[in-house]
Amino acid sequence: MAGAVNLLVQRHPINSALSLVVVMASLAGEYLLLGAEFVAAVQVIVYAGAIMVLFVFTVMLLNAGEEARSGGSRVAILLGIPGVVMGAVLVAWTLLHHSNTQAVSIGALPGDPRDIARLLFHDFLLPFEVTSILILIAIMGAVVLASRPEDIARHHHSQSTEKEAPEFVASGKER
Amino acid sequence: MVPLTYYLLLSGILFTCGVLGFLIKRNIITIFMSIELMLNGVNLSFVAFAAHWHALSGQVFVFFVMVVAAAEAAVGLAIIIAVYRTRETLNVDQVNLLKL
Repeated sequence: MAGAVNLLVQRHPINSALSLVVVMASLAGEYLLLGAEFVAAVQVIVYAGAIMVLFVFTVMLLNAGEEARSGGSRVAILLGIPGVVMGAVLVAWTLLHHSNTQAVSIGALPGDPRDIARLLFHDFLLPFEVTSILILIAIMGAVVLASRPEDIARHHHSQSTEKEAPEFVASGKER
Repeated sequence: MVPLTYYLLLSGILFTCGVLGFLIKRNIITIFMSIELMLNGVNLSFVAFAAHWHALSGQVFVFFVMVVAAAEAAVGLAIIIAVYRTRETLNVDQVNLLKL
């Protein structure tokens, strides 16, 4: 929680990213406490590893500096105040009405990777396959978006000797 | 033995922090990190409920949420790089091409 607040307070993106790593690591600890070892491991590997490396690389690549201080937009204020009030009301409601639920015993949950795999590959097989397609599309989209338009145009130009290719190069440079 | 309420409370606080950061921050990368924070808050409540009801489906769902978050992070950061190439800024106030 301190890490989450720090993420809001820090103005430099690198500091925010490092505090987000703290949040991820502590959440992995929470998952371990809840008996979900597989989810904790995946949390550390995917979130604290892969996604944060992506973030830090982007921050470094774009040479992001201090955040400029500016007044928030009106839409943000109009939406934000009800949103925060709703969040506070939800938290208070949970506290008031459900504070007598029985405690979760630590480690009593069957969070075995074997059970999770059985569930994942038998009951949730179709969502799993759809997820793989989604990842494939995401990879292609990321590559296309991150590559320069001039590079794509040059690639097309070198492949085809038609007359349309130079026009495509010109339009790519305009962008 | 930790009551379920505390987990839900922490989850709600994380989600609210994410919403706040999303609305307050002006840096596009930090806004993206706030989205990840919101996803993490939801994941925590999923796992807490899975532990509470002794059902494993919640953990499988957390797995799917993580996969979608990873894909979203890859595509979103690529979009950020493309925006930075064309606009030369990371401030969302200056990326107002779609504004009337």
